Amino acid sequence: MPQKIFAPWDDPDETPLIRFQNVSKRFGDFTAIDAIDLEIYAREFFALLGPSGCGKTTLMRMLAGFETPSSGKIFLSGQDIAPVPPNQRAVNMMFQSYALFPHLSVWDNIAFGLRREGRARDEIDARVGEMLKLTRLEKFARRKPHQISGGQRQRVALARSLAKAPKLLLLDEPLGALDKKLREETQFELMDIQETTGTTFVIVTHDQEEAMTVASRVAVMDEGRLIQVATPDRIYEAPASVYVADFIGDVNIIEGKAHQTGDRVQVDWAEGQPALAAKTTRDFSLEQTCYLAIRPEKVAISAEKPSGANVLSGEVLDIAYLGNLSTYHVKLPTGHVIKAQQANTRRIARRPFTWEDKVWVSWTESAAVVLDR
Amino acid sequence: MNRLSPFNVVSLTLGFAFLYLPMVILVIYSFNESKLVTVWAGFSTKWYGELVRNEAFLDAALVTLQVALLTSTLATILGTCAAYVLIRMHRFPGRTLFSGMIYAPLVMPDVILGLSLLLLFIGLNVDRGVLTIVLAHTTFAMCYVSVVVSSRLVAFDRSLEEAALDLGATPFQTFRLVTLPIIAPAVISGWLLAFTLSLDDLVIASFTAGPSSTTLPMKIFSAVRLGVSPEINALSTIMIAIVTVGVITASLVSKRAAVRRLREEKAAERA
Repeated sequence: MPQKIFAPWDDPDETPLIRFQNVSKRFGDFTAIDAIDLEIYAREFFALLGPSGCGKTTLMRMLAGFETPSSGKIFLSGQDIAPVPPNQRAVNMMFQSYALFPHLSVWDNIAFGLRREGRARDEIDARVGEMLKLTRLEKFARRKPHQISGGQRQRVALARSLAKAPKLLLLDEPLGALDKKLREETQFELMDIQETTGTTFVIVTHDQEEAMTVASRVAVMDEGRLIQVATPDRIYEAPASVYVADFIGDVNIIEGKAHQTGDRVQVDWAEGQPALAAKTTRDFSLEQTCYLAIRPEKVAISAEKPSGANVLSGEVLDIAYLGNLSTYHVKLPTGHVIKAQQANTRRIARRPFTWEDKVWVSWTESAAVVLDR
Repeated sequence: MNRLSPFNVVSLTLGFAFLYLPMVILVIYSFNESKLVTVWAGFSTKWYGELVRNEAFLDAALVTLQVALLTSTLATILGTCAAYVLIRMHRFPGRTLFSGMIYAPLVMPDVILGLSLLLLFIGLNVDRGVLTIVLAHTTFAMCYVSVVVSSRLVAFDRSLEEAALDLGATPFQTFRLVTLPIIAPAVISGWLLAFTLSLDDLVIASFTAGPSSTTLPMKIFSAVRLGVSPEINALSTIMIAIVTVGVITASLVSKRAAVRRLREEKAAERA
């Protein structure tokens, strides 16, 4: 029997845990959130991704109860949460600065929320012990926050926000303060913990790699609007706009005029150059301005002219050597620069191309995505 | 630039002499055998003995202490509340007026403050005594407390309070369990500041005191008008000693704490 894939957003019978209904937030003249509709499902690991100032943190703070929408409604399990103050919401938040109470020990920090619920002493003991075990902090229970390292503080913050077993956990740039190596390890730890506890996670981040790694779905935001909400692979392979394509990973963008026949589009992009072909499910009117987005790793580079569609000649302008990969910047006679990426399966001494070599770049019809904006 | 040039040595000496020479002379003459303050007649501690037997001075000291304790406690509570509201509440009607008014007594001349309070107490027909001095001292001391506490609140990471709320604490629990313990050093220094201000105030106390409630500064001032006695030198020396010990202890304790914290942070990062 095939395992059921986790995709509640495709299931029409599923009711969302959180629903944003036409939510806007204005600070004076500034619109931080602009008429957002969004549904997040139970057990999801949902990422809000965007540059700083795009409204992702405001959106999260509205879920926590620290901001109220200027208009629109937010539902949590079908209940409008606007009148519920932050201390009565079944939502907990892990703060970017961790916000650990400096005068309390690790143990007391984790127990803080449980004590507010007025639970029995042995119940609190058991729950804190469980959290310490989950985050591997047993040895540090009696220490104060300033007596442990940054990575440990991050885990205390996580344990504290998970202790009350919230319906929804909000994570505000949770890994921002960690160095790269620790960040990558912690990403997998977060995913494990999310799976073990079955809690719904909403993470805010500006790091696209982090969002792609951890999330079941990613919402790309810009200037208070949702640009695209989809699974990481859809976001990468089928971006909704040039903005999304450009924000996630590296991309070649070629502007042109569309000539559509069925599911194929021919794009006129430069005087005297053959049109570029791509497959699409969208509809373009004749001569409509469109953009071809091609990922560098889908562009082949060769010394001999290959057969097939979308073949262009050029000259190697630059080579970025990244160890496992090399990115070749190929300058076309039209002035466009196309990035082509190749895995370095051979030792560097035997690299096939060097600066100013004449080369051919090519890609298949299905490699490029045609975008209308 | 760390070298002590002759110029630096001279200016340092002059500066410190200007500040401390009068006090040093006062301390030395408190151990003078002679009744004349300007003539040295050998070492003696007899004026300290005289002081302990002088009931008027002891009564005044008791009143002063009582006033200072009540004032500093009351001013700390009110000043902390005022600072919290001013820093935490961003917009409410009359905020600018309120924040301006809370600092006004800082720049108001003591004479005006004392006189206006005296007129108020007379108008309200309040009997003057310890209570009126406490009220008057609280009026200006709470402004100092609120300045000290608000400087700490400004530097306070707001997300700590949000985290407490997020974990289910009510706003009052948040203040009691998170905000107050963290701003405690500022609240304590505010209390000490109010205590000292009340302890050495002469002008406002003179306006608002009644016949049965003479404070120590008032007593000293009136005694000096009849001539400086070595007894007053002895009393002043005791006060200097108390203040010096207090200040040195406080700075040693806070410095030790800072050093220990730094060491623990370094150890945590290495581990």
